[in-house]
Amino acid sequence: MTTTFRALLGATALCAIGGAAAAQDPVTLTIATVNNGDMIRMQQMTAPFTEANPDIRLDWVTLEENILRERVTTDIATGGGQYDVLTIGTYEVPIWAAQGWLAPLEDLPDDYDVDDLIPAVREALSVDDTLFAAPFYAESAMVMYRTDLAEAAGVTIPDNPTWTDIRTAAEAMTDRDAEVYGICLRGKPGWGENMAFLTAMANSYGARWFDTEWAPQFDSPEWQATLTDYLEMMTNYGPPGASSNGFNENLSLFQQGRCGIWIDATVAASFVTDPTDSTVADSVGFAQFPNKDGVDNHGNWLWAWNLAIPASSQKQDAARSFVAWATSKGYTDMIAEAQGWRAAPPGTRTSLYENPEYQEAAPFAAMTLEAINSANTQQSSVQEVPYTGGQFVAIPEFQGIGTQVGQTFSAALAGQMSADDALAAAQSSTAREMARAGYPK
Amino acid sequence: MATRQTAGLARLMRAPAIILLLIWMIVPLGMTLYYSFLNYNLLNPANVSWAGWFNYQYFYTDPAFFAAIRNTLVLVLGVLTITVVLGIAIALLIDKPIWGQGIVRILIISPFFVMPPVAALIWKNMIMHPSYGVFADIARFLGLQPVDWFAQYPLTSIIIIVAWQWLPFATLILLTALQSLDGEQMEAAEMDGAGPVSRFIHLTLPHLARAITVVVLIQTIFLLGIYAEILVTTNGGPGNASTNLTYLIYRAARLNFDIGGAAAGGIIAVILANIVAIFLMRAVGKNLD
Amino acid sequence: MARVITPRARIGYTAAAWIVALTLFFPILYTIITSLKTEQEAIAGFRMIPSFTLSSFEAVQNQNNYWRPFTNSVILAVGSTLVALVVGIPAAWAMAFSPTKNTRGILMWMLSTKMMPAVAVLVPIYLIFLRTGLMDTRTGLIIVLMLMNLPIVIWMLYTYFREIPGEILEAARMDGASLKDEILYVLTPMAIPGIASTMLLNVILAWNEAFWTIQLTTTNAAPLSAFIASFSSPQGLFWAKLSAASVMAIAPILIMGWFSQKQLVRGLTFGAVK
Repeated sequence: MTTTFRALLGATALCAIGGAAAAQDPVTLTIATVNNGDMIRMQQMTAPFTEANPDIRLDWVTLEENILRERVTTDIATGGGQYDVLTIGTYEVPIWAAQGWLAPLEDLPDDYDVDDLIPAVREALSVDDTLFAAPFYAESAMVMYRTDLAEAAGVTIPDNPTWTDIRTAAEAMTDRDAEVYGICLRGKPGWGENMAFLTAMANSYGARWFDTEWAPQFDSPEWQATLTDYLEMMTNYGPPGASSNGFNENLSLFQQGRCGIWIDATVAASFVTDPTDSTVADSVGFAQFPNKDGVDNHGNWLWAWNLAIPASSQKQDAARSFVAWATSKGYTDMIAEAQGWRAAPPGTRTSLYENPEYQEAAPFAAMTLEAINSANTQQSSVQEVPYTGGQFVAIPEFQGIGTQVGQTFSAALAGQMSADDALAAAQSSTAREMARAGYPK
Repeated sequence: MATRQTAGLARLMRAPAIILLLIWMIVPLGMTLYYSFLNYNLLNPANVSWAGWFNYQYFYTDPAFFAAIRNTLVLVLGVLTITVVLGIAIALLIDKPIWGQGIVRILIISPFFVMPPVAALIWKNMIMHPSYGVFADIARFLGLQPVDWFAQYPLTSIIIIVAWQWLPFATLILLTALQSLDGEQMEAAEMDGAGPVSRFIHLTLPHLARAITVVVLIQTIFLLGIYAEILVTTNGGPGNASTNLTYLIYRAARLNFDIGGAAAGGIIAVILANIVAIFLMRAVGKNLD
Repeated sequence: MARVITPRARIGYTAAAWIVALTLFFPILYTIITSLKTEQEAIAGFRMIPSFTLSSFEAVQNQNNYWRPFTNSVILAVGSTLVALVVGIPAAWAMAFSPTKNTRGILMWMLSTKMMPAVAVLVPIYLIFLRTGLMDTRTGLIIVLMLMNLPIVIWMLYTYFREIPGEILEAARMDGASLKDEILYVLTPMAIPGIASTMLLNVILAWNEAFWTIQLTTTNAAPLSAFIASFSSPQGLFWAKLSAASVMAIAPILIMGWFSQKQLVRGLTFGAVK
């Protein structure tokens, strides 16, 4: 036994030495990113940075969003220090910053021009006026619709539609025999999937997740109206199998001309108007996120993918220079030059939206900017709320709660339970989790 | 004397494996047991306190808990039934003299090499997708409404995927067992006028008992721990329709980052798994000697 | 059972067997076909003939260099298997040839260590890995994968060794063979097929492990399971690319499996054949 064991230990030690010897100058930054188009583009465009900083090497960990979140959260919460730059969402930033897990982004280079960041985005990434993450791209939500179908059906969608307008238009555009469905909305369960949409929709209906005592509000008439209308629209005018449709599936359906209206993240605008992927690129109209008659609220959807530096990283300076480079104006210009203005990461800088070339290339620019600017993440509902966040609630427990509620609503959409049962189940599961987490705090 | 020496030597040879596995079991198990009595959320590491039995109570009173146990059993039994029944059928078939036996066997064994997340992705996107999957294409070709598998039949869909992965394993074990069946005895039975069904029940099946036991035992160990397929396809839903015990723990650990709750769930799962194992041993263990 | 059957029956059996085989293989086949399509073709409805473009493979390779995770997968699968054999062979040998009344109990206990849900022990293991510097090292993963599969390895070897008749050992001992000779010249030749198939199965299990290999690595030790995790559900439905990545992840082990099919089949018997 002893010999084998000793041999094993020896082998371990040898390998450990080998590993340590390899990690020396130059500095290697380990960057964790999500596998969406903009991030992958960045990964392939880093040559200017590495040329300007020959002592910095970049090592990428690209993962699917949920796996990335799990992986990065475990590491940062245990102080693992495996990553030097993290790609995280607006949901994590305030929570992690409050835990002291993120290094504040101070002393950024002068040409970074922090004041150029769109105020709503900057605010969402700051705690007590200190920036904790740099936005790579940002989005709100808006209505995308087929102008040709709307015209053929004899309906118009105003720039600021109400849900009644949307419902009427969806009904008119639906043609099941031609496999054209009036409205496509997210149905796939998940706090960042159907619940992102439904939370924004609930906001626009005047609903809220919690009252000021942190009691869940699924038993309120506002939530009931939200869910009932959502189910009714999707059942009558939505595509089959909608309970498995997330952003990707709806994007694909819209690009193939199967959807009359799609309400989703503003980043989709550049995909649906891109003639190489979209069969309907020439006939897409845009409008603001709808609101319910008499409720002054457009959902307040605001999301950004951001670069942040964990406090546990040993290479803060190098990491900061990379973050500053990747979210700078210069990066935007470089992408625009190499791949056209449409490929520029949207939503983060005012200067981009003031740029006539961008306005020319991206017909949806004005609508996107308006949507982002009008998103109020500090006060997402017309009723008083104890939390921040637009299409989510910025508390650590929300991932779990939101996904659980999302499952319930998805089951309702799949026809496995009624709206009332789904709301009751959501109410009790949320109350249970909140009690466990010790709210009200 | 020689025997004593051998016995000592045998102990020495067994020791590394036993000690390693003991460490591998006790260290995590001990830590898990400890965590299961703590209020410990990874997102709030500063706030750790003693929880007593609360985590257990919380896990046990989860509305999804009994659904998860039921789903776990359905999943395990469903996959076992499909793999054993179809495994016997396929083994009988490819045991016949057929042309291209080698290639047939290679094709049948292939699903076993596919890693679970990839298998789930393939089935979810390419085969069962309600708009672009092959099943939907077939349905449309037949003039039927495509089935939205993961919404309408979530647990069944997962059973199909998992059974697909494990069918090769069952088939091959049963095939090797079948090949050792005494041909003369079979012929004698045939001479005596026993029909194919009767021969199957009275000769083949008893002969396969041991192989079936092995299939059931090994597969149960792996099937109790299924989660990747669920994570990729349904995320346990809609509702809790496809949440099994492992996935429930996964949910606590990776979505809620509730280390205490996940640990309590883990301990409950270990206890239940061992009950199943003891039951399994009693039921089939005799076959193994 | 090589009994004589009529040609017509043979044709019938052959047809049925091929239908079953192709049905089971179809998902893999269709993935390979899809990987050779363009993205538009991939979601344009059922088509068995792709345009044979390699653009998806190129795109995958550009996004994520394949060779590093591939190398890691090979090292992890083979490394953990070899260590498991080094630990497992003596243990299985001892249990097979000097069984005690506890042997069966020990074997069952070993198998039962596989019943702990991995996710419940993630945090303890993660902390241990951080403290010991094993995080994102191949050594660390080799140890974990080895421990995970050790019970199966020992059990397989045990059932295999038990098939070796004890009389041969007795005879060798009578002839004055030392323990070393006994192992080297008598047992090893008889055990090699069993060891080979154990090795194969273990390589497959280690290759396909997708929990620890993702959670305990970042870049240096990340194998193909992490590679595939960077292609699932990005923005947009890129099924040709996803298929190409899937093919790249499973092809090596699939090809290895095809070539070593006979040895593997023998090993899968778990002593079930008497």
